[in-house]
Amino acid sequence: MGEKLIRYSPWLIHFNTGACNGCDIEVLAALTPFFDPERMGVKLAPNPRHADIMVVTGAVTKKAASRLKRLYEQMPSPKYVIAVGACAISGGVFAGSYSTVSGADKVVPVDMYVPGCPPKPEAILDGIVKLLLKVGRGG
Amino acid sequence: MSVIEIPVGPQHPALHEPIMLRVRLDGEEVVGVDVVTGYNHRGVEKLSESRSWVRNIYLFSRICGICNTVHQQAYVQGVEKLMGVEPPPRANYIRTIMMELERIHSHMIICAIMAEVIGFDSLFMLMMRDREVVMGLKELIAGNRVHADIHIFGGVKRDIDDKIRDTVLRKLERVEERIKYYRRVFEEDFTIRKRLVDAGVIKYHEAIEYSLVGPTLRGSGVKSDVRADDPYAAYAEIPFNVITRDEGDSWARMLVRLDEALESVYMVRYALEHLPGGPAVPKNIKRAAPPGEVFSRAEAPRGELFYHIISKGGQNPYRVKVRTPSFNNIVNGVFAYRGARLADVPVILTSFDPCISCTERVLVVDESRGVKRYVRLKELSRNQGW
Ligand code: SF4
Repeated sequence: MGEKLIRYSPWLIHFNTGACNGCDIEVLAALTPFFDPERMGVKLAPNPRHADIMVVTGAVTKKAASRLKRLYEQMPSPKYVIAVGACAISGGVFAGSYSTVSGADKVVPVDMYVPGCPPKPEAILDGIVKLLLKVGRGG
Repeated sequence: MSVIEIPVGPQHPALHEPIMLRVRLDGEEVVGVDVVTGYNHRGVEKLSESRSWVRNIYLFSRICGICNTVHQQAYVQGVEKLMGVEPPPRANYIRTIMMELERIHSHMIICAIMAEVIGFDSLFMLMMRDREVVMGLKELIAGNRVHADIHIFGGVKRDIDDKIRDTVLRKLERVEERIKYYRRVFEEDFTIRKRLVDAGVIKYHEAIEYSLVGPTLRGSGVKSDVRADDPYAAYAEIPFNVITRDEGDSWARMLVRLDEALESVYMVRYALEHLPGGPAVPKNIKRAAPPGEVFSRAEAPRGELFYHIISKGGQNPYRVKVRTPSFNNIVNGVFAYRGARLADVPVILTSFDPCISCTERVLVVDESRGVKRYVRLKELSRNQGW
């Protein structure tokens, strides 16, 4: 069911939960003309209510965790989450700090992990494609 | 008269970083702005105390992905002073090249974001496209696009060979040409001038009084740049101009950045052409530092970056305090919003080049004192010593 709905043009929402910026500029770079996913209809949604996929970067600080949860709840179903970067996967270099919960999957269900510090834009796009394949598009 | 409060952020489609401005309005006019931060606080300073000197190189560069090399430089040169290690000249040149490439891409990204903020999307896209060339050069030299991680105590981790040098020199020509073009666009374009000129004016004495740093300071006519005032790495040997402008508005701050990016292109070129011989990669890496205390500073793309490192001997630092430029600029610069229209708020914020990840780290201090709450700007600017 869900797969049909996001099949053509999945829109993304990007939330920085306490990243160093490295992953964020790479997410940004992945969305700009050099890679140009917009030709496939992949673009940033203006607000969570329009989004199909949430791209989470950063080590998920305790303060951002409640925001992350709230943003996730605001997204309409079907919805998917991609964790980009070592931080969003497990806390990365910030694992063990008193102020991070270390990993997006502690707060919301994550469907795809893209490792790297930061992952290259190609890898981020590959993560999106793999997610679409996983949920059944053309797979 | 009733005052309306509008939250901007923390999840915001234009700014890729979480910060919240609480803007208080009287009609269209801004009567006050509160900065709400803490979404990005990761506790880096505390973490560093339990990690070894070498591991901390990678932790501190991850304070900020955009200015990572300069964070490493400030930390590494401080620790080198403690350890009594002197990097060879070639390593200093390579570090400088990386820092200047980083400055070019950082200034390009903020000018691109400024274009996006004022609704000039095609310019944003074009600048992001040309910025990819610089990222490619960083990858070529350091092996990674964003986190260069090239510093190590006593040198750098990778040397530059002739082939890399020639490629970088060749590609820089295109970068130079494009930056010159964008500079002209920012200087002459009617729409850009309409939005940026006279937005968020900071006068010369205000810039000093509120201890602003970096291009924000130089955009108000103050000639201050750590690279020139207190040269580190190879800056004493590489000629460059400190760019200033007198207007003090958002437009001046952006033009300072574009001119600086151009200077950086010339500096990288000079450094590559005059690269000293000899080794750059150290054979042995020192891992322990004797007891002591050092200060170290460097000019990040956003302004003066300051490290205070205390060692009690052994494998770990006892305390590292980092003072980043953005925190100063965003928090102390809020007076610049007063009297502006609501639509100018994002423009003014962007013209400070807000690097939230740096800012949030500074809040470490605040939180470790147990002040874990919405940090009001007034309180912060009142005790600037934090
Ligand atoms: S994974 Fe690396 S680049 Fe990404 S936010 Fe974490 S430290 Fe920064």
